[in-house]
Amino acid sequence: MSDRRESWYDDKAGPMVRPYAVTRGRTRSSRPDLDMITLVIAIHPDNGTLDREYAEILRLCQRPLSVAEIGAQLDMALAVVKILICDLIEQGFLLFRAPPTTVDNPDMDILQAVLDGIRRL
Amino acid sequence: MASVGFDTSGQPTLGTSAVKLLIAGGFGVGKTTLVGSVSEIAPLRTEEVISEISGNVDDLAGVEGKTTTTVALDFGRITVNPSLICYLFGTPGQHRFWFMWDELAQGALGAVILADTRRLDACFPSVDFFERRQVPFVLAVNCFNGVQPYTVDQVRDAMDLDSYVPTVLCDVRQRESSKQVLITLLEHLISLRNLARS
Repeated sequence: MSDRRESWYDDKAGPMVRPYAVTRGRTRSSRPDLDMITLVIAIHPDNGTLDREYAEILRLCQRPLSVAEIGAQLDMALAVVKILICDLIEQGFLLFRAPPTTVDNPDMDILQAVLDGIRRL
Repeated sequence: MASVGFDTSGQPTLGTSAVKLLIAGGFGVGKTTLVGSVSEIAPLRTEEVISEISGNVDDLAGVEGKTTTTVALDFGRITVNPSLICYLFGTPGQHRFWFMWDELAQGALGAVILADTRRLDACFPSVDFFERRQVPFVLAVNCFNGVQPYTVDQVRDAMDLDSYVPTVLCDVRQRESSKQVLITLLEHLISLRNLARS
């Protein structure tokens, strides 16, 4: 930094709010099967006892949403939102569905459906 | 969207599933433009927080001294039908974020590598990555300002691509052109699947 009057804070200092504060220090989800495109949907209403971040996730998930979309809409890092979603799944508020696991052998029906969907755009 | 059903034991199940396609290529080649031109939502940005030192560190305990940084991922969404959503993820342009590519590539149906003939070398790392990870891909050459000074064959030769990798010219600002790129990818995936069957 050449100019001493420049702010001491820059991008390299990292986010000002520690990203893992809302997860109470946990840095990884207890569910390794949560992918960024795992879909979740609310199946139990907020009973008024949930912290703000949890309540916001439930509010968004009235239709199937991916982990990545929830992270983007709430401006939370993926690792953080995965932990919160995991908590909600374990407490029975959210239902989840992992992406198809046929990685090396994608289902022909899925490929054809995606192709048809793109053609209809 | 009737998304929640019940399985035979009466447990609720989510009837919608998701797949993803990757859009790779060098910085500034038009990945997010392609995503935006076909996505039903404005491209979203999600961020992953990582340690600057090593991408393999999951637990921050004991590494408090290391700086963290964030990798931004832009993505879009196409609702294929009531039970299937297809996400399009742009891969991070900087290749120091390789570990992020690993998570992205996990379960991806396939990839589009977007190339700019003025900076063809910018997409070589993407080609290497997908070849090594055996993620099927097509090459799409973005024509900036509608001009493409090279033919598909010239680009293929310069890239030293295997002959079975489809290559198309495109203008990703145009929805129809971006659609055609994705259609080429899906048709390629289907023909590979048919080959594997026979």
